[in-house]
Amino acid sequence: MTNTTSTTLSAPELEWKLPSRGQVGMYALIAAEAAIFTIFVVAYLFYIGKSLSGPIPSEVLSPPICYTVCLLSSSLTIHFAAKSLRTGNVRDFGARWLLTIVLGALFLYGTASEWHRLIYKDGLTITTNLFGTTYYSLVGLHGFHVVVGLLALTTVMVFTIFGAVKQEHADRIDVLSLYWHFVDAVWVVVFAVVYLIGR
Amino acid sequence: MSTESVAWPSPAAESRSFVEQLHEWITTVDHKRLGILYIAYALFFLVVAGIEATVIRIQLIRPHNDFVSPQVFNRLFTMHGTTMIFFVVMPVLFGFANYLIPLMIGARDMAFPRVNAFSFWMTAFGGLLLYFSLVGANGLYGAGNAPDVGWFAYAPLTSRTFSVGHSTDFWTLALLVSGFGSIGTAINIIATVLCVRCPGMTLAKMPLFAWLNLIMADLVILAVSPLTAAQLMLLVDRYLGGHFFDTQAGGSAVIWMHFFWVFGHPEVYILILPAFAFVSEIVPVFSRKPIFGYSVMVGATVAIGFISMSVWAHHMFTVGMSFAANTFFVISTMAIAVPTGIKIFNWLATMWGGKIEFRTPMLFCIAFLFQFLIAGLTGIMQGAAPFDWHLGSSYFVVAHFHYVIVGGILFALFGAFYYWFPKMSGKMYSETLGKLHFWLFIIGFHLTFDFMHIPGLLGMPRRIYTYEPGRGWDTWNFIVTIGVFFQAAGILVFLGNLIWSYYRGKAAGSDPWDAWTLEWSTDSPPPAYNFFSIPTVQSRRPLWDLKHPEDPDWKYE
Repeated sequence: MTNTTSTTLSAPELEWKLPSRGQVGMYALIAAEAAIFTIFVVAYLFYIGKSLSGPIPSEVLSPPICYTVCLLSSSLTIHFAAKSLRTGNVRDFGARWLLTIVLGALFLYGTASEWHRLIYKDGLTITTNLFGTTYYSLVGLHGFHVVVGLLALTTVMVFTIFGAVKQEHADRIDVLSLYWHFVDAVWVVVFAVVYLIGR
Repeated sequence: MSTESVAWPSPAAESRSFVEQLHEWITTVDHKRLGILYIAYALFFLVVAGIEATVIRIQLIRPHNDFVSPQVFNRLFTMHGTTMIFFVVMPVLFGFANYLIPLMIGARDMAFPRVNAFSFWMTAFGGLLLYFSLVGANGLYGAGNAPDVGWFAYAPLTSRTFSVGHSTDFWTLALLVSGFGSIGTAINIIATVLCVRCPGMTLAKMPLFAWLNLIMADLVILAVSPLTAAQLMLLVDRYLGGHFFDTQAGGSAVIWMHFFWVFGHPEVYILILPAFAFVSEIVPVFSRKPIFGYSVMVGATVAIGFISMSVWAHHMFTVGMSFAANTFFVISTMAIAVPTGIKIFNWLATMWGGKIEFRTPMLFCIAFLFQFLIAGLTGIMQGAAPFDWHLGSSYFVVAHFHYVIVGGILFALFGAFYYWFPKMSGKMYSETLGKLHFWLFIIGFHLTFDFMHIPGLLGMPRRIYTYEPGRGWDTWNFIVTIGVFFQAAGILVFLGNLIWSYYRGKAAGSDPWDAWTLEWSTDSPPPAYNFFSIPTVQSRRPLWDLKHPEDPDWKYE
């Protein structure tokens, strides 16, 4: 309309590139989730040693190192899965994606067996004492996020099996893997708080 | 540079049945329609919560009044506070952000239109849940009604022992659900502002409206999430027998206060930043000058965002914190006055030497400036811990935060309603009714909230349902209640003006204010696609460039 003839726009300005909305949206969601976890972590730290009755953490908790390795290594597998999709290798992508799901499910099994032992052998439930309340809330909140992540990963897996996932979806897969990395990173914090500091 | 829009043959709205139109509104993902839904929803709850406030004030008009019972009084102030914060001010601000941000940054919609719809309906569902407590809170216990634990719901009032029935459950679920909606909208605003700006609109060329709402959305992410976490803990306590806030089992009531105010104080800035955004758009246009100190305004906003995250415990001076904690929160509270003061001076400098037009939106903005200043000053008074020990939980506090929320936020909001009503409806509002609204409301506001400080200074505690005569509070309370009726009359004139102008108002045209931001370059109301072709901008005032090709802004920026 105006100034089109006497335009002073330089060439670099004409190239108009903005951040990906998927990435930005996911980072914003992760920030919100991180704030939620922060409050639960603060509550956990605040209530360490304040339970009026047993059992106490050092009696019943032992670090689930094996399952932790499973979950953390799933970050590697999902990273390489996303990478192979970007190069168009859907078969490798599917295999690595499936491996990620298996590792995540193993972790969940670990949490489930730990809870089963705590409830039926050690008699620790969410109502037993402050340790029970904060432990099941924090670990449960994380477990819930693993479940949500696994549902999303499985959805992608189903689409992959039916051949609907292609190279052009690499950006979306990156967004989803961001979420999964976050779930793994939170576990590092939860692990440190519950099994290292809290004992 | 094609910022023009085309006249589109308007679809014959009348020819479609009511059910079809309703279906369109319910299934819409258009940011403008969702914006209007947010605003209409908030206006409905404004009336509801306004009626609650009126009943509260009628009860307090004279000592030993028995207009409502003590139980009902507790429910009224809880519902009034919760409704006004979560179901009036937040949705209405989200509504304006939704409607205006894509138009101002030259986009066709928000970044995630379906998340947008989801967020609105979550918020709407939250409001329904809160009010469903009136019939549903009885549950199987045969006890309970509307929530009656105060809007910050301190433990142990919320424990099963002291809150029988489901009233507290409805309160916490309503806030949890609407919190999800708020977080969704915040994510959407951030992604929209960062990712769908039109070519040429760098961050430094965005309208201040977009900047302030971006910071507001960041604060929603960081502040509403802790509230969500705290509500989850409360649910664990109430439903699963947890002990987070159960002092009998070693839990802490004070940690609820911390968790609530970690949300509660940034929340004030979540509410006020969009009000700043309105003023930053309206004052320059009616002063016929560009905003003074754009980059300083942005910097001050970011500073407010950071500092507001570290002031929460000034709500807790009377709880009894350590010396170090008191000192820290006094200093951080005082510090936030600096960027806020910078903003006030920038608006004044924008008006200075300008050709000021006293239209209704500008009147509300000028009143905002003075009232917000006073609200900030009483805030600094209470930010000093020793002063707060004297006046905490008194009517002085009530007067202070209503000065912020009504005198600041609501006045700016009314300005925004009048300023953008022509864009949203395509019709001009009635200037006479607008000015009548302004004068009724400003008289009522000052009668109510100026005089409310005094019984507070004289020791009248907040949340009491009645008081003894002869303590020197009687006259003040009477004046305060009289002011409410002026405000109520003002609101009725306002709603009447909106409805009357929508049907009978003159056509507004695309740019009635000779304004400078992109939303005024398209039709009123804008077509579904907003812009016929995506505009390109070169300065902060693209429409100025368009109207003054001989002297465009981009030569100087």
